[in-house]
Amino acid sequence: MSLCGDESGAYAEPRVLLCGETAISVEFGDKIDLKINRKVRHLYKSFKAAPYPGILDINPTYCSLFIRYDPLVCSLERLLLIIEEKLDVEDAAGPDCDRIIDIPVCYESEFALDIRQVADFHGMHTGKVIELHTAPVYHVYMIGFILGFPYLGELDHRLHTPRKKDPRKTVAAGSVGIAGRQTGIYPVESPGGWQIIGITPVRIFDPARKEPFLLEMGDTIRFKAITRDEFHALSTR
Amino acid sequence: MRAILIIDPGPMATVQDLGRFGFRDKGVPMSGAMDQQALRIGNLLVGNPVGAACIEITLGGFRARFQSRVHFAVTGPPAGASLNGSPLSAWECCFAEKDSVIELYAPEFGSRSCLSIQGGIDVPPVMGSRSTFLRGCLGGFHGRPLQQGDSLDLGDPVGKPVYEFPEGLIPPYSGRPVLRALPGPQDDCLSAKGLETFFTSEFEVSSRSDRMGSVMSGPMIEHKRGGDIISDGTCPGAVQVPGGGLPVILGNDCQTTGGYVKAATVIAADLPLAGQLRPGLGVRFERVNFDQARLAYLKNEYLIRNFYEKHGKSS
Repeated sequence: MSLCGDESGAYAEPRVLLCGETAISVEFGDKIDLKINRKVRHLYKSFKAAPYPGILDINPTYCSLFIRYDPLVCSLERLLLIIEEKLDVEDAAGPDCDRIIDIPVCYESEFALDIRQVADFHGMHTGKVIELHTAPVYHVYMIGFILGFPYLGELDHRLHTPRKKDPRKTVAAGSVGIAGRQTGIYPVESPGGWQIIGITPVRIFDPARKEPFLLEMGDTIRFKAITRDEFHALSTR
Repeated sequence: MRAILIIDPGPMATVQDLGRFGFRDKGVPMSGAMDQQALRIGNLLVGNPVGAACIEITLGGFRARFQSRVHFAVTGPPAGASLNGSPLSAWECCFAEKDSVIELYAPEFGSRSCLSIQGGIDVPPVMGSRSTFLRGCLGGFHGRPLQQGDSLDLGDPVGKPVYEFPEGLIPPYSGRPVLRALPGPQDDCLSAKGLETFFTSEFEVSSRSDRMGSVMSGPMIEHKRGGDIISDGTCPGAVQVPGGGLPVILGNDCQTTGGYVKAATVIAADLPLAGQLRPGLGVRFERVNFDQARLAYLKNEYLIRNFYEKHGKSS
């Protein structure tokens, strides 16, 4: 399997990395890039549509699909053949932007704990931070970290901000944060080192809901600024 | 009423089963018993299906009262246990009269004991599992560690207890465990010297160890170009080596994605030992290749399955 790739960082052929004897990672490239992420999604969707006995879990990430399997039911060789077969079928994932989801975000200072620091770091007003953060349509590259946390791109380069030096012990559920060139939403209260610039009243994870997770890889979302009154009116927590 | 009443949970006790599968793509960790061998054999001994929920007891200090007559088994590393003050044997099916009090002490060198009770702990499954995911406050008994006064319902017994010692199925618990590990997925991010350090040094489990992972101390492991990668999928047993050069063995509650180099992965057959690490233990990693890892997995699985089938159960 060749490592030669194109400018996007995509490999000509995917690499298969062994994660022990019960999991592999099928890696399509080595950059955060939409084209690579689409290839991951393609294989992910193909497995979702037609699950195989012996495959216990699949997890799509920026550049690779992680597959956990039971070697007693499905050998590695067989798994590799299945993957090859699936990769030969084009466009199983369908068009990229299945749906656009609007996420209301309140950027008021009592929730946006770090918006002032982010603004200062870039020498801009907090209003500009909000303007830049609500402008793009974001792509959900992957879900990870904890219970439905979406990793979103592309964040406007003028907002790229390092993580906090001292992570918080608790970040409120719904908090919207920035870390490096990424932005994301904390689904539940958890520790975290991202710069918090707002909060959404939308529950992106709700165990009581029929579909507990609001977002999945490949979705596109937009942030819409709302006032504190609107936040309280919409909040169900 | 078939139930068990917690008198003292000790440092930490949680409800765990084989874990939560099929939601890793949504950021839901596996959770489940850290020593799955102890869980699977414990369930067999008390006549439960292999995936019934147990109480995982961390570092002993546990006391509870059986509210009815029950069969139960204690599995895990060598640790004292008693029923109404009389010593109990581990890895065998025991019987308790109503109102009996069971007590479990801290293991000699492991960390987690498994208490399996006939019928299993009957808490509502969340996303297909009864396991507690502490950081997500999800599953188990109200998503939290057990507390004094908690009364846990037991399911109805479905199978007969097994009175045979599970010879050859008890993990080789040790005060200086050697964990067999397969290099990868990012062993190529370590320098040759770094990889050698990893496989030849003894590391000590630090106090920063829990169900998410065990942080080790010891010699620094050298990278080629830093310890960061573009976040990819993780699994229990993966050994991360962040930029600081100290390994972290990921546990069952580990986050589903991670941005650190993973130098090696502890093989499945040795995960029960990795699930028993506790601060202060010295640990080594032994390098194995894929065929050795697969053989060890298949051998262990066949042994367990044979034991199950011998007693007319499916594993």
